Amino acid sequence: MSAALIIARQEWRSLFASPLAWSLLALVQFVLGVFFFLTQLDVFLEKQSELVSMNSSFGITAFVASPLYEAASVLLMVVMPLISMRSIAGERRGATLPLLLSSPISMSAIVAGKFLALLGFAALLCALISLMPISLVLAGTVDPGLLAAASLSLWLLSASYAAVGLYISSLTSQPVLAAAGSFGVLATLAMLRHASNSGTGPVSDVLTYLSLNLHGAALLRGVVNSTDLVYFGLFIAGFLIFTVRRLDALRTHG
Amino acid sequence: MNDQPLARVDNLYKQFGTLQAVRGLDFQIMPGDVLGFLGCNGAGKTTTMAMLAGVLAPDQGAISIAGHDLLTAPVQARAQLGYLPEIPPLYPELCVHDYLHFCARLRRIPRAQIARAVAAACERCDLGAVGARLLGNLSKGYRQRVGIAQAIVHNPQLVILDEPTSGLDPAQTVALRDLITTLGKDQAVILSTHNLAEVQATCNRLLILHQGSLRLDSALPGPGNKAAAGGRIYRLVFIRPPDPQILAQLDPRATLIEVQGNEASMRLADDTPGASPVLERLLGALTEQAWGLAEIGPRGNALENLFMRLTCGQEQESAS
Repeated sequence: MSAALIIARQEWRSLFASPLAWSLLALVQFVLGVFFFLTQLDVFLEKQSELVSMNSSFGITAFVASPLYEAASVLLMVVMPLISMRSIAGERRGATLPLLLSSPISMSAIVAGKFLALLGFAALLCALISLMPISLVLAGTVDPGLLAAASLSLWLLSASYAAVGLYISSLTSQPVLAAAGSFGVLATLAMLRHASNSGTGPVSDVLTYLSLNLHGAALLRGVVNSTDLVYFGLFIAGFLIFTVRRLDALRTHG
Repeated sequence: MNDQPLARVDNLYKQFGTLQAVRGLDFQIMPGDVLGFLGCNGAGKTTTMAMLAGVLAPDQGAISIAGHDLLTAPVQARAQLGYLPEIPPLYPELCVHDYLHFCARLRRIPRAQIARAVAAACERCDLGAVGARLLGNLSKGYRQRVGIAQAIVHNPQLVILDEPTSGLDPAQTVALRDLITTLGKDQAVILSTHNLAEVQATCNRLLILHQGSLRLDSALPGPGNKAAAGGRIYRLVFIRPPDPQILAQLDPRATLIEVQGNEASMRLADDTPGASPVLERLLGALTEQAWGLAEIGPRGNALENLFMRLTCGQEQESAS
């Protein structure tokens, strides 16, 4: 088993040994299920005849699933920091980091392992959320392409949240502080899009481009852009490299 | 046994902010060494051990373990060592068995041998009865033993134990001594402790650190080795407070270490228990003074005296 997988397995096990992960999974399902999926379904049923008469291109997938994923992408901004907060801050607080640092594994393997575990959790979360729109198959025809693109978008977004969360978690030995800090950074990144709306010019363009949710938005609508995929890749890789550097600095400064 | 050193420490420096924790440390560890690390609080023991374990990067200097440099080939070097930090690195949500399996995997033991390695470590540290219990629920002594088990589960060539006996009861301490002696047969062990009796019972080599530099690196002096001990320290109790200046000049071979109220400590050179001419002369001189000698006796053993002479005692001596 590769070093990163050993770390990932342990991280995954620790994650599900605490009630936090289970509660968050349940909470996300409940909130999205009741407040978005079911209400949106009601609205669709009311408007169905209208849509048919207008010969609208809006199907059930676009009408029900897209708002659901949109809401999920915001909700996960709170959930992922709570999951990632213990990754490194918890090790520092519990004085278990020396075990990893004195073992024959590289710093990047430690970070990759921690990130893989978070990625796995994000995948589980996205799969559970996707079960709701998939269940519409029982009653009508869904657009599988749109659904797949939206799930991918949600997964990439939560992976980016996890990368930020992992880095912030390496900055402190207080998990709660790490969660608050990650949420702050993610919220700022999401706000960039709105903040820059008011202005014009190159600064505003750059700010808009940096906004995480802007790149997710196209995917959520079912538009798969290679630029967006590259953006996510670079975003995640950047924060993982920051984390490795930070752990190296911890080793130097104690 | 070969003559190739197992670990080599060259000119090690480490600074935390304005505090120079370790300055210019040089030593080698040979296979079969059971090396006792002694020093006052803040002497740099824990820092040095963390650097040896690869947990802390030195500011300057190099460490190599089994021929691999800890900086340029960290993975190969760390594969040869087991480390118990000051606080055992335990995950409270895991049970002893799962935790040791995780440690075995981390240390890259081949999958087929993991079960055997974990069972052996459990047996050596007497953990059989608590295998299924959560680490978070264990008592301090058991947590310490699990910490030792994780350091030896992969049979490393160099075992670094930072205060291994803290929290152990006397029976467990004796068991640990036996374990360390067994380990020292074909591996090397470094241990730090505040318990001097511990060092005398287990170690065959002694390093004394003071303010980040090495004060002594020698084969361990036996309890009767007075040359290495450099005399013996006596504790004197008087009825009335003595005059330190007069006390210091009573005998050229009796050095005053400190005076605190009615008590004084003095080091007598060339002391032989039972027949000490220095002691006899000193006693004679003391009766002429009006302080009223109430009590006199040797303070601690040879190792304690040696330790006092090289470290904390020296501070007190220069202060008085």
